[in-house]
Amino acid sequence: MSEVKARIDEIVNADDVVLFMKGSALFPQCGFSSRAIAILDHLGVAYETVDVLQDAEIRQGIKAYSDWPTIPQLYVKGEFVGGSDIMMEMYEAGELQQLFEEKRVRAA
Amino acid sequence: MAMAAAEIESLIRTGIPDAVVEISDLAGDGDHYAARVVAESFRGQSRLERQRRVYDALGGRMGGELHALQLSTAVPD
Repeated sequence: MSEVKARIDEIVNADDVVLFMKGSALFPQCGFSSRAIAILDHLGVAYETVDVLQDAEIRQGIKAYSDWPTIPQLYVKGEFVGGSDIMMEMYEAGELQQLFEEKRVRAA
Repeated sequence: MAMAAAEIESLIRTGIPDAVVEISDLAGDGDHYAARVVAESFRGQSRLERQRRVYDALGGRMGGELHALQLSTAVPD
């Protein structure tokens, strides 16, 4: 487990915005992941994605890492923000845009 | 294995006694639900904390037998 944790630490700190999802940004494999991508694209920030369907270790490990049972999961500057419901609520309240500005996330 | 809407509602209400729970069956297939959970005890809690409380109430089913639950949380007006 600690090895997976180290891998995830590295991934979430390598880029400002990282989305763990099912499928790729071009071909999301689930409605929730698709919604998360749509929000990020709409806000025009640069982001990296990790396809958990391609990596069983990460797929299980990420749930323990954040103590969060579902995917997608959004990380900004290494910090867990939430899943697609939280992203949508934050987006609708203008809070996601605000978070990206505060954290000085670069545009796509 | 899908879950019935009534079971989801009852689990949430057991875990969060002051919650008002509305469940919609999004696809009509007993597998894709949306839940809106309104509770006074959410006041002062972050979105993450609120959702965690709902997930805790669902006792580990989230992401397992309950894979497609769209969740929104709020405090009463």
